Amino acid sequence: MKYLSEWDQWKRYSSKSWKRFLEKAHEMTTHLELWREDIRSIEGKFGTGIQSYFSFLRFLVLLNLVIFLIIFMLVLLPIFLTKYKITNSSFVLIPFKDMDIQCTAYPISSSGLIYFYSYIIDLLSGTGFLEGTSLFYGHYTIDGVKFQNFTYDLPLAYLLSTIAYLALSLLWIVKRSVEGFKINLIRSEEHFQSYCNKIFAGWDFCITNRSTADLKHSSLRYELRADLEEERIRQKIAERTSEETIRIYSLRLFLNCIVLAVLVACFYAIYIATIFSQEHMKKEIDKMVFGENLLILYLPSIVITLANFITPMIFAKIIHYEDYSPGFEIRLTILRCVFMRLATICVLVFTLGSKITSCDNGTCELCGYNQKLYPCWETQVGQEMYKLMIFDFIIILAVTLFVDFPRKQLQAVNLRLSLLYTCRPSPRQFRASNSNFFFLLVLLIGLCLAIIPLTISMSRIPSSKACGPFTNFNTTWEVIPRTVSTFPSSLQSLVHGITSEAFAVPFFMIICRDKRYLIQKLTEAQGDMRNQPA
Amino acid sequence: MGGSGSRLSKELLAEYQDLTFLTKQEILLAHKRFCELLPQEHRSVEESLRAQVPFEQILSLPELKANPFKERICRVFSTSPTRDSLSFEDFLDLLSVFSDTATPDIKSHYAFRIFDFDDDGTLNREDLSRLVNCLTGEGEDTRLSVSEMKQLVDNVSSRAREREGRLGLWLKLSLPQILEESDIDRDGTINLSEFQHVISRSPDFASSFKIVL
Repeated sequence: MKYLSEWDQWKRYSSKSWKRFLEKAHEMTTHLELWREDIRSIEGKFGTGIQSYFSFLRFLVLLNLVIFLIIFMLVLLPIFLTKYKITNSSFVLIPFKDMDIQCTAYPISSSGLIYFYSYIIDLLSGTGFLEGTSLFYGHYTIDGVKFQNFTYDLPLAYLLSTIAYLALSLLWIVKRSVEGFKINLIRSEEHFQSYCNKIFAGWDFCITNRSTADLKHSSLRYELRADLEEERIRQKIAERTSEETIRIYSLRLFLNCIVLAVLVACFYAIYIATIFSQEHMKKEIDKMVFGENLLILYLPSIVITLANFITPMIFAKIIHYEDYSPGFEIRLTILRCVFMRLATICVLVFTLGSKITSCDNGTCELCGYNQKLYPCWETQVGQEMYKLMIFDFIIILAVTLFVDFPRKQLQAVNLRLSLLYTCRPSPRQFRASNSNFFFLLVLLIGLCLAIIPLTISMSRIPSSKACGPFTNFNTTWEVIPRTVSTFPSSLQSLVHGITSEAFAVPFFMIICRDKRYLIQKLTEAQGDMRNQPA
Repeated sequence: MGGSGSRLSKELLAEYQDLTFLTKQEILLAHKRFCELLPQEHRSVEESLRAQVPFEQILSLPELKANPFKERICRVFSTSPTRDSLSFEDFLDLLSVFSDTATPDIKSHYAFRIFDFDDDGTLNREDLSRLVNCLTGEGEDTRLSVSEMKQLVDNVSSRAREREGRLGLWLKLSLPQILEESDIDRDGTINLSEFQHVISRSPDFASSFKIVL
C-alpha cells in the first residue's frame, strides 16, 4: 500500500462519509415505505415473484391515493368550503339558456311510500339518497364558485382534474415500466449471469439478524430451484422433434380458437344481460318483489362476475395442453383473464353507450341523447360502475370469509396475516421475476382501454343538460375551446398553432422516430451484454 | 475511543491506515470491539496487539453470527500456525477487505479463498456443492436434491470456464452435450482468474460482500 498524502486521506474520508450519508438518507426514506416489513417477509417465504405482486399492489394504493388528492383539491375542496361556509364564497348557477326545457327535466326517482328495503336498494344501486351525493356526477350541478377575488371555474377544473390524473397515471406507470425493463435487461434469460450471480454474490454479508438470515436462505433456495426447473423445461422444449412441434402448434391454434369462442360467448351474454337490465329497471319499485328487483338491477354485474369466475378455470385447464414453460403459462393465463376482465367492462360500457345515444322515434335530435330514459346519463353510467364495484366487493368478502377461513381453520382476522397463514408456497416452483414489468404492462393496457370510452363520451356524446357542471356546454370537451377564446389574442394564436395539423404531424413523427431509436438502442445494449468479449 | 489505557498510539494508527482501507474511526472501533473479546485482565494495548483470539469468540460477534461463511472467513484471515485464532491485525485485515472502499479485485481474491473450502487453490465441484449448501441453509430439508445440485454445479462450472462471449444460442444448442461431458470425468474446476472474470460481470457482488461494524 503506497503512502497517501493528507489530502488524499481526507478526500477518501469525505467521499466515504458522503456515501454513508446517502445510504442513511436512503435508508430513512425506505422506512417511510408502506408495509415494508410485511412485504420483505413475504419475499423471504415465497420468493421475489410473489413479492413483486405485493409491491405492485402497494404501488396501486399509492397511485389511487394521489388520484384522490388531485380530485379532492381541484373539485371537492371549493365545493366543501362553500357548502359548509368555511370561506365566504358562493355558488354560481347559470340557468340553461336553450329553448327546449325538456332536456332539463330530471325526475328524482323516489316513491311516496317509504319501504325499508328501498333504502337497501338505494345503497346497493346508487339511486335515491345516494344519487345526489358527491359520489355521482349529478351532485356537481354548479357552474362556478365565486370567491372574494376571483371566480373558480368548476367545469374547467373538473375536466382538467380528469386529464391530470389520467396523464399522471400514464406517466407514473410508464416510468416504473422503464425501470423494470432496465432491470429485465440485466437479469434477462442469461442463465450465466443468473446462476453465477446468485451463487457467488447471493449472500448479503451485512445480514446480522438471525431471522433475516433465515429469510435470505429460503429466498435463495426458492430462486435457485425455480431457475433450475425453468431450465429443465427449456431443455425439454429444445429437444422437441419437428413432428411434435407441428402437433403442438396445431393444438395451440385449436385451443386458442376455443378461447376466442368462450370470450365471444361471454361478451354476448353480458350484452344481453345489460340490455335486459336497462329495459326492466325503470319499472316501479312497488310493482316488484324485493329479490326480483335486486336481481334485475344487478344482472350485468352477476353475469360479469360469473364469467370472470368461470373463464379462469377454463383457461387454466386449457393451458396445460399447450405445453409452455411454467413462467410463460402463468403469464399467458393471467393475460387472458385480465383481457377477459377488461373486455367485459368494455362491452358493458359500450352497450350502455349505444342505449344512451339511441332513441326509438328520433327524439335524440332534441338533446343529443335519450333524455327520456337517461336525463342524467353520466350519473347512470356511474351507478352501473358503482353496482359492479359493490358486487365485486361483496363476492370477494364472502369468498374470503366463508370459504377460505373455515377451510384453513384460522383464528386471525387480519387479511394480511391470513395470506401468510393460508398460503403455502406452490409445490411447483416457477420464476416470475419479470412479473413486475408484466403487471405494469397489464395496468398500462387497462389504462389505455379506460381512456377510450372516456374520450369518446367527452367529445362525442353531448353532456346532460339536466345535471352536472357541463349543462351550458354542448359536449364536455367544449370547455377548453371556450376557455381558450377568453385568452388574449396572441396566446390564442399560439394555442391554435400548436394544435394545428401543421405542427402536430411532424411532432408526432419526431416522437415516433425517437421511440424507434430508443428501442433500437435498448436492443443493441441487450445484444452487447449477451456477447461481451472475455 | 475505548476505555482508559487502551488507546492505540498515533504512529500505529497511521500505519494501520496506510496498510488497510479503513479510516481512523473504524480502526479505533475495531480495536475496541476486539478488546471486548479478550478476558478482562488482558485488555491493555500491548497485550491486545499480541493476543490470539480463538474462533469461538470471534464467531460470537453479531456481525458474523448469522453468516453461513463465518468459519471460512476466520480460517482464511487467520495467520496463526494452527489456523484457529485471529490476532488484531488479522481482524483488521478482515474488516479492511470487507469495507466499502476495498477494491473489487481484493474482494474477489478473498471471496475466492473463502469459497475454496478445501484450500486447494481451485473451486471444484465439491467446493461448489458446499457453497450452495451454505447458501440454502443448514437443515437437511433445506438442501437442494442431488440432481438439482448436480445440474446447478454443472451449469456454474461449465459457464464460468467459458471465456469466449457468444453464449446464448451456442450454449442452448449444445447444452445436453455439455451436461453429458461434465458427468464424472470432466472435473470442472474454476481457478482464480476465471472466478474474478465471473465476479466482474456480476452487478451485486460489491454491495453484498461487505461487513460494517
